[in-house]
Amino acid sequence: MYDIERFYRAKDVPDAVRALEADPDAMLISGGTDVLIQTREGKLAGCSLVSINQLPELTGIRIEEDGTIVIGGAATFSDITNNKALQSRIPILCWAVDQVGSPQIRNVGTIGGNVSNGVTSADSASSLFALNAVVELTGPDGVRRLPIADYYAGPGKTVRQHSEILTAIRIARADYENYGGHYIKYGKREAMEIATLGCAVCVKLTEDKRRVDDLRVAFGVAAPIPMRCHETESKAKGMALDADLLDAVSQGVLAEVKPRDSWRASRAFRLQLVSELSRRALSRAITFAGGEIHA
Amino acid sequence: MEIGIPKIRVDAADKVTGAAKYTGDLEPRDCLVARVVHSTIANGRVVSIDVSEAEKVPGVVRILTCFDVPDIQFPTPGHPWSVEAAHQDVSDRKLLNQRVRVYGDDIAAVVAVDDVAAARAVRAVRVEYEEYPACVTVDDALNSSAPPIHEEKPDNVLVRSALSVGDMTFDEAAASEPDLLRLEKTYETQTVQHCHIEPPVSHAYMAGGKITVVTSTQIPHIVRRVIGQALGIPWGDVRVVKPYIGGGFGNKQDVLYEPLNAWLCQQVGGRCVKLEISREETLANTRVRHAIRFQVEAAVRPDGAVVARRLRADSNQGGYASHGHAIVANAANCFKQLYRDRKALEAQCRTVYTNIATGGAMRGYGIPQADFAAECMADDLAALVGMDPLEFRYLNCMGPDYEDPHTHVKFNSYGLKACMEKGAGFIGWKELREKYRGQTGPVRRGVGMAIFCYKTGVHPISLETASCRMLLNQDGSVQLQMGATEIGQGADTVFIQMAAECTGIPAGRIHIVSAQDTDTAPFDTGAYASRQTYVSGKAVKKTGAVFKRRILDYAAGMLSRPAEALDLRGGEIVDASSGAALLPLGEVAVTAFYSLDKSVHISAEETSHCKENTFASGVCFCEVEVDIPMGKVKVLNIVNVHDSGVLINPKLAEAQVHGGMSMGLGYALGEELIYDGKARPLNPNLLDYKLPTVMDTPKLNALFVEVPDPTGPFGNKALGEPPAIPVAPAVRNAVLHATGVAVDSLPLTPQKLVERFTQAGLI
Repeated sequence: MYDIERFYRAKDVPDAVRALEADPDAMLISGGTDVLIQTREGKLAGCSLVSINQLPELTGIRIEEDGTIVIGGAATFSDITNNKALQSRIPILCWAVDQVGSPQIRNVGTIGGNVSNGVTSADSASSLFALNAVVELTGPDGVRRLPIADYYAGPGKTVRQHSEILTAIRIARADYENYGGHYIKYGKREAMEIATLGCAVCVKLTEDKRRVDDLRVAFGVAAPIPMRCHETESKAKGMALDADLLDAVSQGVLAEVKPRDSWRASRAFRLQLVSELSRRALSRAITFAGGEIHA
Repeated sequence: MEIGIPKIRVDAADKVTGAAKYTGDLEPRDCLVARVVHSTIANGRVVSIDVSEAEKVPGVVRILTCFDVPDIQFPTPGHPWSVEAAHQDVSDRKLLNQRVRVYGDDIAAVVAVDDVAAARAVRAVRVEYEEYPACVTVDDALNSSAPPIHEEKPDNVLVRSALSVGDMTFDEAAASEPDLLRLEKTYETQTVQHCHIEPPVSHAYMAGGKITVVTSTQIPHIVRRVIGQALGIPWGDVRVVKPYIGGGFGNKQDVLYEPLNAWLCQQVGGRCVKLEISREETLANTRVRHAIRFQVEAAVRPDGAVVARRLRADSNQGGYASHGHAIVANAANCFKQLYRDRKALEAQCRTVYTNIATGGAMRGYGIPQADFAAECMADDLAALVGMDPLEFRYLNCMGPDYEDPHTHVKFNSYGLKACMEKGAGFIGWKELREKYRGQTGPVRRGVGMAIFCYKTGVHPISLETASCRMLLNQDGSVQLQMGATEIGQGADTVFIQMAAECTGIPAGRIHIVSAQDTDTAPFDTGAYASRQTYVSGKAVKKTGAVFKRRILDYAAGMLSRPAEALDLRGGEIVDASSGAALLPLGEVAVTAFYSLDKSVHISAEETSHCKENTFASGVCFCEVEVDIPMGKVKVLNIVNVHDSGVLINPKLAEAQVHGGMSMGLGYALGEELIYDGKARPLNPNLLDYKLPTVMDTPKLNALFVEVPDPTGPFGNKALGEPPAIPVAPAVRNAVLHATGVAVDSLPLTPQKLVERFTQAGLI
């Protein structure tokens, strides 16, 4: 039995925004895979909920004319993994969200919720960082868009206002076309797991497939919020696909990440993972981009 | 023949379709709900409790605190009661405790109309404490200047014990030959929890002056006794009902919350009160497997013969005694029994109170811990003398003539070496040991093994008694009633097979009463110690013989033939010598019931007081792949081979082994309850407590060596707990083979492995 004081099922996005405005204590619930857990734990006992669960305008996935990918905020992880248009354009994200929890969780948990929790371990987040995703928020004053890196304000915090809803995640064609990408979730077991570390790498190769044209390396749980390693990325630009590149990246990222020591994993262990995962993810990403490493 | 057939379990269809009734399915209407208020310190005293705000929560019926409970301390372990005071279990807790001894100790309880009201009231209770420093480890508790956790034990040591074998001391033996090699090591096991699917749950109500408690337990008759003791009421005033249960693994071989539930019911005038423990509470506040530190020494000849071993074992008891010292004492026995010390063995054990969760019974009862120490040591000794670990074990392991010099338990049937041969063949031991020698690179493979032995039941340490009842129905079918319990292991099915075997009545005509109701069920102490197929099986056999004789006696009257000339086969009264059918059993039954001449309800009830025991044994072999930079171990192939005598039901036996191996893999690679410096559990939930999922589990192979045991009622001996025992050391030894790194503590987590591989220069 869940301790929920009030529950309002919104008819559409404007209705949800109005309901949030009317109740300063209200929170959004979509898939419920975090909100209900916290309610059960007592942290959100007596909560007031506004549900946007399965609102049709939030669950769609489409490609705009200019090639921009638009994923509705309430699209479930399963929706994303199984979407053909995404599989051919951004397989890294389809793969990444297929690492979340369990099949049951993936059938109800949403990408909007995953990102809006503001947690560094979200399986979608590092891939979205590596894809330069843009977050679309709809609130009382209309729609605003911002890069995903600007969405995170701190551990468990985003810049989303009380009455705003994450309505879509957008990825421009230039940010995915000709990129190979790979995400590695490191957990202590193979399912029902929260990432000890997550590493997403997107790489674009030169036309001859011999050098790095553009590299993006993103991590989850390597810092209080998901992050990119911009310095390492720019150093890698133009490098040949060989062991030096793998060494440079797997060493370079160590200077940029800031993992913490906790009982879940030590800083030293996370640093080892940062280095090893970036090496392995980059190797796979290069293969996916049509390249070959000459070690 | 009914024994040895892979009969489909009799409860399978009901459990799959949901028709099977568990405790939660049996709640009466309008049941009140109770919740426990847990302390937010680990060591100290409750000074005061303010319930004024909590009482205002709508729906609250009653709030009771540690200041309201009877001044009675009671024991909780699921042991047979001892009529000798010196052998009685330690009584060291009350229903709710002012003296807080674990983080989350039970200090108050709320009874309300529903879960939400109860939870709100729990959050509104205000508690004032006097806090003492917390003891997390055995060393903390021994060194602590804090007040004793229990005033009865000023130095926090619950019990000390020692044993020795041989005429020499360890030191004398170690100095008795010139070229002995010495090994000194510390092996440590961690705190883990059972993680049965169904958390502890019960409901209690009063009628006719008696309290009925319906509960998820392995030990209904013991629960009845302990409720009586805890509430200070006659045991006969308590009725305990045990329906189907969703696993126990030893946690429900303890009387957990039933006495509190019964008392709360009394306090609200006998209205039905339900007390359901959450997963988090189960992990933090019920029972755990004791963490034990083994400091060991050994002296071995260059040819590999073990001359002497010495063991010092310290067991972390947590806040309350529960099963207490029995666990580490059992561990020391296994350490002693498994190998032949040519000259000396010494063992000293301590069980020490701390402020972490209370250690209780958990599948294997100290032996998984001991086996980790003994089997890591076996591989480390083999490495020391440059011997193949399998050959080392052939040379040193207990033989068929072994008899424990203290308990006199022996192998009445011996299949240990045959198990080793079979398992080595299955895994390809020789080839893999050779193939994986001298690897380089980040990913390496290895193969390891571990053996074990295990008693069957608790004789002679404790009482072994079991009763069975058979009642003939009008149609010639049978009601079979056991005090022994079905806890998911398939007991009901094998008891039916046994009853069919010894009566000559087909299994399909035997109905088992699965639930125990202590008002009507025969007495048995319950499911634990891998005892029921052996001990309770003897009760089935004894009862079956009497029951069959009574049927034949009655049939003899009907047929005017001597009973000795008759037999019961396939549900028919037959001519004993020719086998010719004479009379259907149904006709005997209906006549016996309704005869105007001689009406009798044919029945039998017998108690078997078992004064025998026998060792079961076996081995685990496993092949692993170690991803060194990631600290990950992948089990590529694994097999358990068991020497458990005759298998009553081979399919159920195999399933039992699968479950145990899964539990062993969790113990080896991921499971661990972690505490902070204040003895607060950090991961009491199934996200952070890394129980393996099906995705982490390789194909589990179960093999058997079936040597009939003459003391078993049907040639059988222990199989319930053993499958969980040898897996963790086998995995550790395989990682040692793969990497050359000996990890001496459980579990082999990625972070620990990365640290060890870094130290060893592999990263």
